[in-house]
Amino acid sequence: MSAPDFARGNGLAAWALAIRRDRKALAGASLLGLFALVAVVGPWVAGDPTALVGIPLQAPSAAHWLGTNGQGQDVLTQLIVGTRVSLALGFIVGLLVVLIGALVGVTAGYFGGRVDGALSVFSNVFLVLPGMPLAIVIAAYLPSGPFTVGLVLVVTGWAWNARVLRSQALALRRRDFVAAAIVAGESDFRILMAEILPNMMSVLVAQVIGSTVYAIGAQVGLEFLGLGDVSRVTWGTMLYWAQNDSALLTGSWWTFVPAGLCVALVGFALTLLNSGFDEITNPRLQLERFWRVHLIRRGQLPGRSTPVVREHA
Amino acid sequence: MRYLLKRLGFYLVAAWAAVTINFFLPRLMPGDPATALFARFKGKLAPEAIDALRATFGLTEGPLWSQYLTYLSHVLRGEMGVSIAYFPAPVSQVIGTALGWTLFLAGSAVVLSFVIGSLLGVAAAWWRRGWVDTWLPSALVFAGALPYFWLAMAALYLFGFQLGWFPLGHAYADDSVPGWTLAFAVDVLRHAALPMFTIVLATLGGWLLSMRNTMISVLGSDYVNLARAKGLSPARVVLRYAARNALLPSVTSFGMALGFVLGGSLLTEIVFSYPGQGYLLVQAVRNQDYPLMQGIFLVITLAVLGANWVVDLVYLWLDARTRDSAS
Repeated sequence: MSAPDFARGNGLAAWALAIRRDRKALAGASLLGLFALVAVVGPWVAGDPTALVGIPLQAPSAAHWLGTNGQGQDVLTQLIVGTRVSLALGFIVGLLVVLIGALVGVTAGYFGGRVDGALSVFSNVFLVLPGMPLAIVIAAYLPSGPFTVGLVLVVTGWAWNARVLRSQALALRRRDFVAAAIVAGESDFRILMAEILPNMMSVLVAQVIGSTVYAIGAQVGLEFLGLGDVSRVTWGTMLYWAQNDSALLTGSWWTFVPAGLCVALVGFALTLLNSGFDEITNPRLQLERFWRVHLIRRGQLPGRSTPVVREHA
Repeated sequence: MRYLLKRLGFYLVAAWAAVTINFFLPRLMPGDPATALFARFKGKLAPEAIDALRATFGLTEGPLWSQYLTYLSHVLRGEMGVSIAYFPAPVSQVIGTALGWTLFLAGSAVVLSFVIGSLLGVAAAWWRRGWVDTWLPSALVFAGALPYFWLAMAALYLFGFQLGWFPLGHAYADDSVPGWTLAFAVDVLRHAALPMFTIVLATLGGWLLSMRNTMISVLGSDYVNLARAKGLSPARVVLRYAARNALLPSVTSFGMALGFVLGGSLLTEIVFSYPGQGYLLVQAVRNQDYPLMQGIFLVITLAVLGANWVVDLVYLWLDARTRDSAS
């Protein structure tokens, strides 16, 4: 399947096929599926995460696989229950951030001229303002909770997507089929919806995945600072309480290691999925892989950087 | 020169945007900002403190635009009001003492990470599909997915608490005397080593991958092939010909990474009780010290903008094309 076929592909089936063909993408997707499963069924199976089940700061044991936290709550139960909010918020923010980025970036790239100038300055300003301090200042003024965290992450996170998608739209704008559509007298809205956006699908998906990684990390960071709703159980608030209950200075590693590892595993899975997609959708990498396989099959050693014949065997 | 002036103009616009956001934030709270703000401090604040707060935000009688002008003139004179948590110390003074530590920690970490990461990227691209190329990117991407502050917690637990190799926090030991002495410098480095290490570890992967990917395409270009054909030594081809040009995209993203790393290092500071902006910021959040919070945001923003301008200078020096079109 070549890259253009893929971009136009028949929806979900094409993506599913693409994932199965690539080892990295498959590993990422499986890991992600596991977390998604926990997020969906976890809260029904695990029980009450805030129940006091034993002595505070107990090390992992048969009764409590990941020990208990500073308040005597079961860490594993909290981890399972926290998965849902953390993942859901991450994906929602990831989607919203790309949606806004696409709106701003594609408009700027397609219309060009003054519209482009104004929108570019606008998004570049947001890009250069340090996101974390801005997010903290905004969140401090709003009532704490997942909604606030999501809102500030969207406000501080959309600009990067706008920049990437603008350059994509700029490149597509110069293509012949768009010129043909303009000459044919199609409306701007239709050209954007039917010609430009469908051809950006693979980039958009990659952006959503990348933004989700950002959103989960930043969300955990804000909650760690106490800007989330600290009475609600999420990965971030688990870390907040671990820090507050001086987990480090009492040596109770089990209160902070699991939540951080889960954040990293989800981020890693998403990154794997993304680089897998990249190898499938990027014609350069695809071509390179094709030639490598071809050369190796013929018993020749490919060169280091570009796959051309260097040494004849 | 025109290029630099254009960039400078952009940073001025960005700084103005930051100040304006700062002005409108308290006014975004539901209801009358003054009342809402003071309701939160009921009974906790002296009347003088409330007056100072009112003055800081320009929450005076009068139309919005005159309040805005008052606020702008305050900021231009470097007056960011009076801190609530450290009353009656002015915000600029509270921030000033902590700014040096943050710039030292985050600045050195960013530069270290950039240099090491880019060199590793060059190595990965040159020895394509060698062990650097196969294992390091995945391992570092995993490390990069870990939250900064979590890496800090894990490192502190392992190297500070369990093994006792490094101090458990703060910028220098209680018994050492600040000054330009060797003993004090060693002490500061010992305290900074662990936080710096965690920031570098968390950001290394990005530099490596970006350098590797650009290097791969640059290594395939004609002028590199020509350099090879001329029989130049591999080290010269890789470093002087390929790496210098492959560095350009990394330099461009360096400016943006600065703000991002600074944000992450704020959280690292909290874990290590490092007396920088992050530590101040969390105190400000806990005490609802809004003037201090906004002052920190403004100062960090200005630092990032200034650093970005320096990056533009470096870019100009590296990329002959921009230099020629600029002069």
